[in-house]
Amino acid sequence: MEIRGYIGDASPVNNKVIAELRGVSKRFGDVLAASDLNLSIVEGEFLSFLGPSGCGKTTALRMLAGFEVPTEGEVLLDGKVVNDLDAYHRPVNMVFQQYALFPHMTVAQNIGYGLRQVRPRLPKAHIAEKVSKALDVVQLNGFDDRRIWEMSGGQQQRVALARAIVNEPKLLLLDEPMAALDRKLRKEMQIELQNLQRKLGITFVLVTHDQEEALSMSDRICVMRDGRIVQIGSPQELYDQPNSRYVADFVGTSNFFDGKITDQDGTLTSVLLDNGLTMQGKPVGQLGKGQQVCVSVRPEQMKLHRQGEGLNVVVQNRIFLGEHTEYLVMHETLGEFLVLSPRQSEPDNGPFNAGDDLLVSWASDTALIFDNI
Amino acid sequence: MTQRTRNWLLLAPAGTWFLVMLIIPLSVVLIFSFGERAPAGGVVPAFTFEQYANLPARWTAFKNTMTLAPIGTLSALLIAYPLAYFLAVKVDPKWRTILLVLVIVPFWTSILIRSYAWIFLLGGRGIPALLEWFGIEGVRLINTPFAVLIGIIYGYLPLMVFPIYVSLDKLDKRLLEASSDLGAKPWRTFLQITLPLSIPGIATGCMLVFILLMGEYLIPAMLGGGKVFFVGNALVDLFLQSRNWAYGSAVAVTLVVVMLITVTIYMRLINRLGANRDDVSIM
Repeated sequence: MEIRGYIGDASPVNNKVIAELRGVSKRFGDVLAASDLNLSIVEGEFLSFLGPSGCGKTTALRMLAGFEVPTEGEVLLDGKVVNDLDAYHRPVNMVFQQYALFPHMTVAQNIGYGLRQVRPRLPKAHIAEKVSKALDVVQLNGFDDRRIWEMSGGQQQRVALARAIVNEPKLLLLDEPMAALDRKLRKEMQIELQNLQRKLGITFVLVTHDQEEALSMSDRICVMRDGRIVQIGSPQELYDQPNSRYVADFVGTSNFFDGKITDQDGTLTSVLLDNGLTMQGKPVGQLGKGQQVCVSVRPEQMKLHRQGEGLNVVVQNRIFLGEHTEYLVMHETLGEFLVLSPRQSEPDNGPFNAGDDLLVSWASDTALIFDNI
Repeated sequence: MTQRTRNWLLLAPAGTWFLVMLIIPLSVVLIFSFGERAPAGGVVPAFTFEQYANLPARWTAFKNTMTLAPIGTLSALLIAYPLAYFLAVKVDPKWRTILLVLVIVPFWTSILIRSYAWIFLLGGRGIPALLEWFGIEGVRLINTPFAVLIGIIYGYLPLMVFPIYVSLDKLDKRLLEASSDLGAKPWRTFLQITLPLSIPGIATGCMLVFILLMGEYLIPAMLGGGKVFFVGNALVDLFLQSRNWAYGSAVAVTLVVVMLITVTIYMRLINRLGANRDDVSIM
């Protein structure tokens, strides 16, 4: 069957590069929206561009779609440079942020739109069959003749998805597809989208500013800042080995303590914090003595206890999260920071309360030291 | 005050206007059309169909109106659509307002004065003289149906441009990107997305221009030179010159009936065209 993956197979990982950005930059007037992007997208993977608004992630996506032409560099699809190939000639489809469904067409007409543009014309029966299969895939059977405005936001999103995947694109581009959905629906759609991607084996490229979304769905994440790629890696890599303060801050939560490097011995480096305390941690990148740095500690690496070694803190606030409890604690010189405490590690006399005097400690090798930029 | 009385109060001004300005005058004209001509002009009340029996004498006026009004509407549409498209889709937004104002600038002067300008342009010393200079001789423009058509298009273009502009401006430009993304070449995107979604604007523009054209008399009078005349000219002639109010009323009533029939057919047609698109109401 030519409808690849409709039968349902695992995400194919054959390491074939399906799309590539080579030194791509995009300038809008004086604004450099994307700067020297280098990236290979592997067939069948789920890749996310993650970053705040204005970081260039949408521009990158639009250059893959063919809506923007790079000012410099090359965009490759299937090994061919496609800089000058118009959007309507690219084997790439997009799910737009507000879906951009055609209001004067039914659901089925919307989904069949791409197939109707194929020349020489595809037989009507063939189109109808594919449309009905696509409706099946997004679980909208029987909605063929519905009008777009009769559909809920979630259903419209499925139509947009079906309209794109029915063409079996080499790349499926998703521009913040979940932004218009409420939280609960968004969670459901994230899982569904992931399942769909595995089932179809189509390469997905997602743009999002929501780190949770990127972390939960992607095989790889490309973190962007000010038009540049900061770090590319799997969600775990980005979380465990962020290459900069920016990534540590954007992917997950972290506590940062500013200071200056005083001593480097072996794998650990000592930092004299601005407020007089000394901390140790693992340096990330080339750092020298006397350099302004920050020490980053994830809240879940910190442990709270009533006795033993550690920094004296007072619990300010407690947020119950089910399996975990998040504490905002106060140290007299470090100020406030977050501690995430798993339930089973808490003492028998229940969770800590606001006002409790406690000690906090962490293993030095879980603290990371970044250049403070 | 109850909701009901409030509703009636709100409707009162428009209702009064409707009654005084439309129902009463039309009824008077209808009554007149069955009367006879008084010797000194005006009407003698009667009940005769004599005036209606005389209608064929004014056949040419009806024929001219019923050919030039649709042709004029269609021509205005063909010129206005690309202009509206350019203004709504292509032009840099910072120039848009200025260009839109330019479209209505002609309305700042009376159509009478503008028609005089066209008399000069189309007359012997205008465009024909220029053509002669290039060696094309014997071209006569003024006092022809063509001159009237030019005047019509010129005068009614803004009325066609604006409704179409509005519908194209409202069009979500991402739909065009989506169409392109799905493999449609620009021309097919236009035919499948832009054009269908601008039908409401086209329908409104055509309706506006066509109805006003049916009652037009100034442009044919000035640029048609008495050779190309509309029903409007016949009415002016009958009411003001020959003072045959009864006959004039019969012609007026017939024009209203013809207009009602044409507009009804037109609405049916448009609504059928938009039958499967309830998302945008046509009228």
